Amino acid sequence: MTTVSSRPAVEIRDLHKSFGPLKVLKGIDFEVGQGEVVCVIGPSGSGKSTLLRCVDLLEEPTAGKIWVNGVEMTDPDVEIDAVRRGIGMVFQSFNLFPHLTVLNNLTIAQRRVLRRGRVEAERVARDNLERVGLTDKADAFPAQLSGGQQQRAAIARSLSMEPKLMLFDEPTSALDPELVGDVLTVMRKLAEDGMTMMVVTHEMAFARDVADRVVFMDGGVVVEQGPPQEVLGAPKHERTRAFLSRVLDPTHVAQLGGPDRTGPQSAG
Amino acid sequence: MKLRRRQRERLSLGLQYLVFIAIIATVLVAADWDRLADAFFRVDIIKSMFPTIITVALRNTILYTLGAFAFGLVFGTVLALMRLSRVAPYRWVATAYIELFRGLPALLVLFLVGYGIPIAFPEREIPGGVFGSIAIGLGLTAAAYMAETIRAGIQAVPKGQMEAARTLGMSHFTAMRTIVIPQAFRIVIPPLTNELILLTKDSSLAYVLGVTAQTIEITKFGRDMLNDRVNATPLLVAGLAYLVITLPLSQVVRRLELRYAKAR
Repeated sequence: MTTVSSRPAVEIRDLHKSFGPLKVLKGIDFEVGQGEVVCVIGPSGSGKSTLLRCVDLLEEPTAGKIWVNGVEMTDPDVEIDAVRRGIGMVFQSFNLFPHLTVLNNLTIAQRRVLRRGRVEAERVARDNLERVGLTDKADAFPAQLSGGQQQRAAIARSLSMEPKLMLFDEPTSALDPELVGDVLTVMRKLAEDGMTMMVVTHEMAFARDVADRVVFMDGGVVVEQGPPQEVLGAPKHERTRAFLSRVLDPTHVAQLGGPDRTGPQSAG
Repeated sequence: MKLRRRQRERLSLGLQYLVFIAIIATVLVAADWDRLADAFFRVDIIKSMFPTIITVALRNTILYTLGAFAFGLVFGTVLALMRLSRVAPYRWVATAYIELFRGLPALLVLFLVGYGIPIAFPEREIPGGVFGSIAIGLGLTAAAYMAETIRAGIQAVPKGQMEAARTLGMSHFTAMRTIVIPQAFRIVIPPLTNELILLTKDSSLAYVLGVTAQTIEITKFGRDMLNDRVNATPLLVAGLAYLVITLPLSQVVRRLELRYAKAR
């Protein structure tokens, strides 16, 4: 474990993942450096969420190897619960525990997994609630919060375990547009504090402003990657260009002849 | 003359009331109230049933029910987890048990436990005597029903809950115990209440184990009194005694559901 800081936070070699006959990931080679913020973009069904879930072993890879902070996740004998303590995961659907108050959402894993005492766990929890701007919601139940507040509470819950790496799986996709900003602000602050982050997102502005590197995936492979101004500003591949024009200028897709619109709609 | 819509509705409702009142009136007038009261409501017999019906019969009914429910709940949860296990033999055993015990009458199971176990293990006694035999005998059947209810409850908890718990570093067991099962039980409170009320009434089967004056429960107490006095009043009192248990129970559960509603 002494080599932890010298190795990349995430290292993926020739990763394949199939669901039955459906091949979702077709040979991914990928790294996230310590302290790096990587945004993964791509059309739906491109495998980006599956890639993220493989990193935390929520999906069992079909073939290939994954290391997180130097520990091989794909080793059948990996102490998965121990490794996961160092990885925070934020879901599209928040997944707060609805039967617990916000404060208890933040303390339960600290107490059951890290064996912290109540006083210490609550102190850490309140510090993290302050970080995401939810100090006054400690005693509320998740159902009493807005979507944006729930997602910020979920981020605070992950941070309470003091992870070295944070994974975000489309964290703002389930939110009303006016609530997206609060969550992105929290994530930006986290990035500025030096957290290693891997973010699957459709928020191109966030990717452009916050990411150190943007990875474009399509059809289960990494099509291109690089600094945001290159991938988003001057994409080399046609598939990247088509995707970006659809995302950034959705009303003009038909004129550009996007790959999924083959003819004029009046033809039928 | 054609009636307006509201007039038609009023007329129709009026006729329904009339029929209803006529039926009640006929029953009230035609019934021989003196003979009814003599058979079902003899105040002297009611008086003679107290306080034993409360201090012994009602108390024992509650004890047997709670004992069987507790046994069924624990065993049923184990069976539910076995049904959902990744280990195939666990699933087979649990499924076989559930199918078998759901199909057998509770009376039969109680009989087998009460007389079969003492024959199989002559050196040992079932802990708790009659109480233990009834709790286990009725609990074995209740567990089979509850297992299916609890399994459905566990499956109704969204998959993301388990995933979120696991990504925080919890083991499968800890996540099940602290995150999934507490939510599952909130979902299955109404069907489990049903099971508890059914068990309250099933506790009347205790008579097959030969209860004594100390271990008697409501139904047996009522029937003994019926034979003793050659009068049906004890049955009426016994029926009311069951309602004394089940009506407040429904009320408590309704409160419980309201309290949990905000934590959904």
